[in-house]
Amino acid sequence: MQLPQFEDIISRLDKGQTWSFSGGVHPAGNKHLSNQTCTVHPSLPEQLIVPVRQHIGTDGQILVKEGEQVKKGQPLTQSSQAFSVPIHAPTSGTIKAIGDHVTAHPSGLSETCIQITPDGHDTWVSLTPTPHYLEIEKSELVSQICNAGVAGMGGAGFPSHIKASGSKSVEFLIINGIECEPYITADDRLMREQAASILEGVDILTHLLSPRAVVIAIEDNKPDAIAVMKQACESRTDIHLVTVPTKYPAGGEKQLIQILTGREVPRDGLPIDVGITMFNVGTCFAVADAILRGKPLIERIVTVTGSAVERPGNYWARIGTPVNHLLSVAGYLPKQQKQPEVIMGGPMMGFTLNDAAVPVVKTTNCLLIPAHNELTHGSDERACIRCSACADACPVHLLPQQLFWHSKAKEYDKAQEYNLFDCIECGACAYVCPSEIPLVHYYRKAKSDIRVERDERNKADKAKARFEARKARLEREKLEREAKHQKAKEARLAAVDNKTTSSSKDKVAAALARAKAKKAQQAGNSDATANETSSAPQDNKKAAVAAAVARAKAKKAAQQAAQQHTDTPPASNKSTDGQNVPPVSDSAEDAQAEKKQRVAAAVARAKAKKAAQQAAQQHTDTPPASNESTDGQNVPPVSDSAEDAQAAKKQRIAAAVAKAKAKKAAQEKNK
Amino acid sequence: MKLTLSSSPHMRADRDTSQVMRMVLYAMVPGVICQSYFFGWGVFIQIAIATIAALVVEASILAIRNKPVARNLSDYSAVLTACLLAVSLPPALPWWMTVIGVIFAIGIVKQLYGGLGYNLFNPAMVAYVVLLISFPAAMTQWIPPAPLHAVTLTFSDMLHLIFTGYTPSGLSLEQGLQAVDGVSSATPLDHLKTGLTQASTYNELLTSQVYEGGPFVSSGTGWAWVSVSYLIGGLFLLKTRIISWHIPVSLIVSIAFCATVLHLINQDIYGSALFHLLNGSVLFGAFFIATDPVSASTTAKGRIIFGAMIGFWIIIIRNFGGYPDAVAFAVIIMNMAVPLIDYYTQPRTYGHKGK
Repeated sequence: MQLPQFEDIISRLDKGQTWSFSGGVHPAGNKHLSNQTCTVHPSLPEQLIVPVRQHIGTDGQILVKEGEQVKKGQPLTQSSQAFSVPIHAPTSGTIKAIGDHVTAHPSGLSETCIQITPDGHDTWVSLTPTPHYLEIEKSELVSQICNAGVAGMGGAGFPSHIKASGSKSVEFLIINGIECEPYITADDRLMREQAASILEGVDILTHLLSPRAVVIAIEDNKPDAIAVMKQACESRTDIHLVTVPTKYPAGGEKQLIQILTGREVPRDGLPIDVGITMFNVGTCFAVADAILRGKPLIERIVTVTGSAVERPGNYWARIGTPVNHLLSVAGYLPKQQKQPEVIMGGPMMGFTLNDAAVPVVKTTNCLLIPAHNELTHGSDERACIRCSACADACPVHLLPQQLFWHSKAKEYDKAQEYNLFDCIECGACAYVCPSEIPLVHYYRKAKSDIRVERDERNKADKAKARFEARKARLEREKLEREAKHQKAKEARLAAVDNKTTSSSKDKVAAALARAKAKKAQQAGNSDATANETSSAPQDNKKAAVAAAVARAKAKKAAQQAAQQHTDTPPASNKSTDGQNVPPVSDSAEDAQAEKKQRVAAAVARAKAKKAAQQAAQQHTDTPPASNESTDGQNVPPVSDSAEDAQAAKKQRIAAAVAKAKAKKAAQEKNK
Repeated sequence: MKLTLSSSPHMRADRDTSQVMRMVLYAMVPGVICQSYFFGWGVFIQIAIATIAALVVEASILAIRNKPVARNLSDYSAVLTACLLAVSLPPALPWWMTVIGVIFAIGIVKQLYGGLGYNLFNPAMVAYVVLLISFPAAMTQWIPPAPLHAVTLTFSDMLHLIFTGYTPSGLSLEQGLQAVDGVSSATPLDHLKTGLTQASTYNELLTSQVYEGGPFVSSGTGWAWVSVSYLIGGLFLLKTRIISWHIPVSLIVSIAFCATVLHLINQDIYGSALFHLLNGSVLFGAFFIATDPVSASTTAKGRIIFGAMIGFWIIIIRNFGGYPDAVAFAVIIMNMAVPLIDYYTQPRTYGHKGK
């Protein structure tokens, strides 16, 4: 994707040209209802309910106790983390309660709120303005913005100090005065009435972010606001005031970036990734208030509009003002409505309140109280006729009908293939749908189902991992236990074996084998020491015979044992391939001496194996000398030379001895 | 105070499905009037038969399926399908054939697939093809347009012809179909197709009286004016954004292109772009048939491909196939390709890299 360059963008903007985003809709604005009169300060409500969390992020720490006296602007919570901003007392009074209260949430959830009973004096806490902000550290300024509780006032409520402290370089600082939602005129009025303060806020943000250009964007359906802002910016060459054609949702962050710069925020990225940071005009005003006047964010403009109020207009509502207070101030006309209904936010993206006691929060820009039939409610859902009006209206190029199809059928994998999570829920698709399908509702449902599914899967994965770790541990413990028992059993058996002569036959066989092996060994040893050129074949033969005899006996014994215990695997198998056991030098002698036959057998087997390997390496092509041996492969081949013969002999003997012992041991154990 | 809850957006554009369907019906008015001027009362009678049949079939199947009958009938989709089919049929077609077509369109192609919005194929065109294949003779016997009438058929003549096969004065359908020259009941496309097999050239055939009185040399008598009046209706649909430009424009451009290529290759056999656009049902098809949202492609790129391929198939089938006209076949062929086209023409979502 080729990003339009800075210079191109600036020259286009200065010519009054903008890019555009595809899709979008043109709903009736109905802004005239509320933007004709000045913003009014309503009376103080009887109660103020300040939710502890009014922004994206985490709660702050509550600093006050029930019954405590607070002053206007006094912090009620403390910011403990980067993603947390404090809240402040909107007026002076007494903390009546700290606890759950229904809040402005689409699902009518209750959240922790601090309730204040105003004392009517409205006395400020002592404020510490910073008029000469250029002289202090930027980080200090950022923390002042944070401490003033400034969070994005356009709707998302993103903590502003995080955006204002970006370390990445900013090309464009965009000030969003679009306000594309129908009915809402809070930013419109703010720009008309507080242009100078907005620009002060812009200056502070410019100082913090040092962008290459500042762009203020206003939709062309607000000519008065444009005129006022133009006048305010007249002497300012560094600020580009841009008029944007009216189209919903031009005020969406991603859409406005596209309109002004032709750039797109990457899928999982942030505007800063394309060199852009955006603030709402309301946020700029709040920043100016926070720095220059030291005032925390305790009130904001709320548009109260719709044909079911007598005096639609804009109100400086303190944060925490219950909605019903504003309704009574604006003159709610219940007869205009068939069923009482209050929409918080605009008609496109706002949500209906389930209780008029919910408080105004930092992101509340509008309360819409429509008369019956004022908004064309579509509840008569019909079959999708695939007209793709939705796709034509979608500002992010999704295929809403495919998303709908898969969301409705709960084929969430498919829905995600069609980029369900890129949907910004602007409502343009549902607005144009001739079949009156509540598309956004289906997407929300699908998204939440997918999130729940994902959470559950994560939970299940964790549980599975835990379970498997436990299983492995239990298995390991079981094996260890078995091994221990086995060892104990063997020890016991061995002990019994040594005492009793229950298997005299085997004992005799073993003894014979032992004796023969010893003899052979001795012969081998003497051969090795005394005569190097002695008749090797003869010795070999002897040794082979002895080995064969021993083997045969051992085999027979083993067979007997095996017949008795066919299902029991020979325990010696485990112990005999004891590579871990260090080989003992004089295996035959040691073995003879050793009472614990198992160990000896293992040692011998290991040694024999080693020797056999050596022999095999040396004499792979030599035919075996001994014809008596039936299974010739087990007998190491005999060589011509004396040295070889010696070695071979030794090996064979050792092997034979080991084997005999091993088999015997196995046999005993199996009993 | 108990407040009512609803999901955003709380505002909706005024246009609803039944309004869309009604607008298409209104857009057909100029075409229908022009068609009945040239082809008589039969057009209206066919529309009436088809509409009544469609409402009855739709209502009965909705009742069987336990769907709300009145609510679904009020979307006008069945009426629209019936009208689209009716104007495609020869005006003197026996009534029961029309009814069979409607039963097929509404009962099988639409309702068996799940009703409005679920059908894969254009119901009117499938019904047309079913009738064309089942009753090839009746389906190709068009009354000669008004200037070429040997006999003028009154409303009552037409009514009797359609319901009994004879006029009150005893004329049979065949006699009623006689043109002034006593030979031809052929449409301009039919005339060309037959003529070419008899070793005549394209330009020789254009001298026939079938092509007299049209707005252009190669346009058939009456037929071209009917096409132009449907074009007017189509432009109304475009203007009111009931349909998007993609399908009609790509279809017409594609026909013009394909026809011109063939015409340049051999002028004796292949008709010009104008000949193909103004004869037969191309313009009607481009604005009223191919734009049926349910069975057409849904992405912008996909609609262009869909329209262009219909145009391509129309020219191919007209010039190389067995039937003189091909709009219905071309539309059905491309209906089948819609899922594939849609899948491969998904737009790039905002912020995503290109595929």
